[in-house]
Amino acid sequence: MGEYSVLIGGKAGEGINTAGLSIAGLFSRLGYRTYMYFDYPSLIRGGHNFAIIRASERTIGAHRTLVDVLLAFDQKSIENHRQRIHAGTTVIYDASQVVRGEGYGLPLDQIVEEEKAPPITKNSAMLGALARVAGIGREVLEDVLRVSVPAKHLDSNLRVARRGYDAVEDVFTVERLDGPALPVLTGNEVTGFGLVHGGLESYVAYPMTPTSNLLHFLANRAEGLSIKVLHPENEISVILMALGLAYAGEKTAIGTSGGGFCLMTEGLSLAGMSEIPVTIVMGQRPGPSTGLPTYTSQTDLHFVLNAGQGEFPRFVVAPGDLEETYTWSATALMLSWKYQVPSIILTDKTLAEGAYSFDIGAVIPHPDQESVLWDGSGEYRRYAGTEDGVSPLAFPGREDAVVKVNSYAHDETGFTTEASEEVLTSREKIHRKEESLSAELTTYPAVMTYGARDAGTIVCWGSEKWACIEAAEELGCRVVQPLVLAPFPARQWKEAMVGAGKVACVENNATGELARLLRQHGFDPGRPVLKHDGRPFAVDELVARLGEVFG
Amino acid sequence: MSPEQPAGKAAGGLITQAENTWCPGCGNFSIQHMMKSAIAELSEEEGIPLENFVLLGGIGCHGKLMDYLNVNSFYGIHGRAIPAATGIRLANPDLKVICHVGDGDTYAEGLAHLIFAAKRNSDITVIVHDNRVYGLTTGQYTPTSPSGFKGRSTPGGITEHPINPLEMVLAAGATHIARGYTKKVRHLKDLFKEAIMHRGFSFVDVLQICATYFNLTDYYNEHAYELAEGEVETGRFESAQGKIREWDYDREAPIALGTFYSVERPIYEEHFQALTAGNPDRRALVRKAIDEWR
Repeated sequence: MGEYSVLIGGKAGEGINTAGLSIAGLFSRLGYRTYMYFDYPSLIRGGHNFAIIRASERTIGAHRTLVDVLLAFDQKSIENHRQRIHAGTTVIYDASQVVRGEGYGLPLDQIVEEEKAPPITKNSAMLGALARVAGIGREVLEDVLRVSVPAKHLDSNLRVARRGYDAVEDVFTVERLDGPALPVLTGNEVTGFGLVHGGLESYVAYPMTPTSNLLHFLANRAEGLSIKVLHPENEISVILMALGLAYAGEKTAIGTSGGGFCLMTEGLSLAGMSEIPVTIVMGQRPGPSTGLPTYTSQTDLHFVLNAGQGEFPRFVVAPGDLEETYTWSATALMLSWKYQVPSIILTDKTLAEGAYSFDIGAVIPHPDQESVLWDGSGEYRRYAGTEDGVSPLAFPGREDAVVKVNSYAHDETGFTTEASEEVLTSREKIHRKEESLSAELTTYPAVMTYGARDAGTIVCWGSEKWACIEAAEELGCRVVQPLVLAPFPARQWKEAMVGAGKVACVENNATGELARLLRQHGFDPGRPVLKHDGRPFAVDELVARLGEVFG
Repeated sequence: MSPEQPAGKAAGGLITQAENTWCPGCGNFSIQHMMKSAIAELSEEEGIPLENFVLLGGIGCHGKLMDYLNVNSFYGIHGRAIPAATGIRLANPDLKVICHVGDGDTYAEGLAHLIFAAKRNSDITVIVHDNRVYGLTTGQYTPTSPSGFKGRSTPGGITEHPINPLEMVLAAGATHIARGYTKKVRHLKDLFKEAIMHRGFSFVDVLQICATYFNLTDYYNEHAYELAEGEVETGRFESAQGKIREWDYDREAPIALGTFYSVERPIYEEHFQALTAGNPDRRALVRKAIDEWR
């Protein structure tokens, strides 16, 4: 059948996320493309965590409601997911915890006791049982464990996995495909790699879901990637430290979510006025306020487009999968330096913490962009007037240059001024950068289209991209996805929407934020198809909702 | 120009052409000219190139110094000079990074940054223009205004007590703590030089006259005295704390001027320096990490 879905569920602290990644690894080794949705409440122990791992012959980036195998560590993992079980679903459960289960009950307490293995190895028993029911050979199973389990725990995990494998029977057979065994990475991890590709030297952040894992990832790899990773006292300090680093010449990115971004807005406005580059990874989650900290949303589009007092240009991009995340994170950083504007990479929990097969070989990087540096002639003026609005950079410590940046309205040298003409000159210079950046972006794939257009057009942005692409195939629609949201690529949008027919605008919010942006630019966003419970659309769920528009 | 402005001959090139808009008699003139001289002298005596000095300002009357000194400057936002200073020092260890901040600026709006920079022993210098009143916003109380102070936002007088900033930064982990006074300019210049050359977080609270909203000249002239050699053991926390507590910015007491505390500790930025050294081909490092992904 070419595709499989597996759900693994249990309590927080039982390693569901790691187990899910191992399941994805199992399918990757057989040449499948994988996607994992990880659902967890905001707590450390208890509750109900689950991951849905989907594997397919083709590229995917969304889950479906029904699952082929359900791995349940507790009763909730069955009860909460009754709607996902169909006639062909194989249920495997921990018989030590689940009272009412139909399928294969594994006595996990007994297995780990007999194998003198730690409780966390129960995941390996489940993995072993999954491999067996899916007709996946022991060697593939053990290969996955060898690369995912630390050496000192490997033996016990292998023993427990074998017990799981032997406790069940063959149910179906996952065929080995010709495709390569691709690594499975999260959006956060690929954002980090993309930023380093773009020239990142320092990353500064205060922990906040869903971008904390970007901080952890880069901190763990600071030596391997040769970058500084800093965690100061709050988000205000984060952005100011980044501006200090950049003023002194170091390419810096920062990461946060909506609440932290609130604190960063005065620093963002400072970046706009002082023309110091900074790249911000803004992972959305549902608000207002603390909201649903560990869930997903697309509710901060207008916040990032408008944050900060005063008017200044900014670059905003919303990638929809790992390949776009890699290229556009690099580009966001490079454009931020070329145009000396803040760049915002707008992600969300779905993309940031979701895991996907990543094919670096298929990534086509955008052209490199260099910063404009002072040539050393004449007296240095930090805000020298130029045709494109970009003033050449020099950094403190450079002989013969006095580098003055300023949050006040300033003249070309950087001295404070309130004189009408000087204020106008400097304001116009800043706004010219937006025109220059806009012109540059016409050479980039700022608006993407996918599929044939028979029934109409599905408009979406960010992490809903792949659910929409799959739904569009079923419905005979084209998908149009704006990657760049500021400066808005109006001409490319117009071209992509020629002959759009019926239009549906799919978003993870309650008010239609992309739709509002499109209306601001004079475009008709069509019918809203919205979901705002903190969960991304499942493909089948989206098809049903879109049927109301295109049916 | 104020008549109190000392002539700056040796370091004349460090004063810009920007129009000076401080009130006549403002204590900022002393700070401006003593910082100018401190930079010029350190450049000559220690061989530090002038381009390696960076000044940061918050928002308030003190911040105008950014326009008045012809040195690299980061004229930032209210209360936020300190984290930017740490960023600058992280990026380039050769730079001497000096924050000029106000008492409202750093003790109110940006207090967390001050405490954390001291805690991590960031290798920066913080000069507080402590006039104990908001000048630019025209006369409200600040965290160091004495109890009973009648400001425009508190016409009945404040009932709270001031913080003792020296005691606070000592507790937070600052490794160099001093207090100066704008009427003792040579002493002030020496304190600046010492603070700039200290490796680690150095802090100078400058009792600054506000000629317009809170002129304490007579009070300070009567109470201030310079610490004599050996009067405080600057390497000992308890000794420094005892001397710092002699005056709490509230009750009438002798006001010691000088260096209270100075110790050597590992600095924050050094931990990170090796990471980016050599500027390797990071794209190759990314490719390697992805190829070896498991």
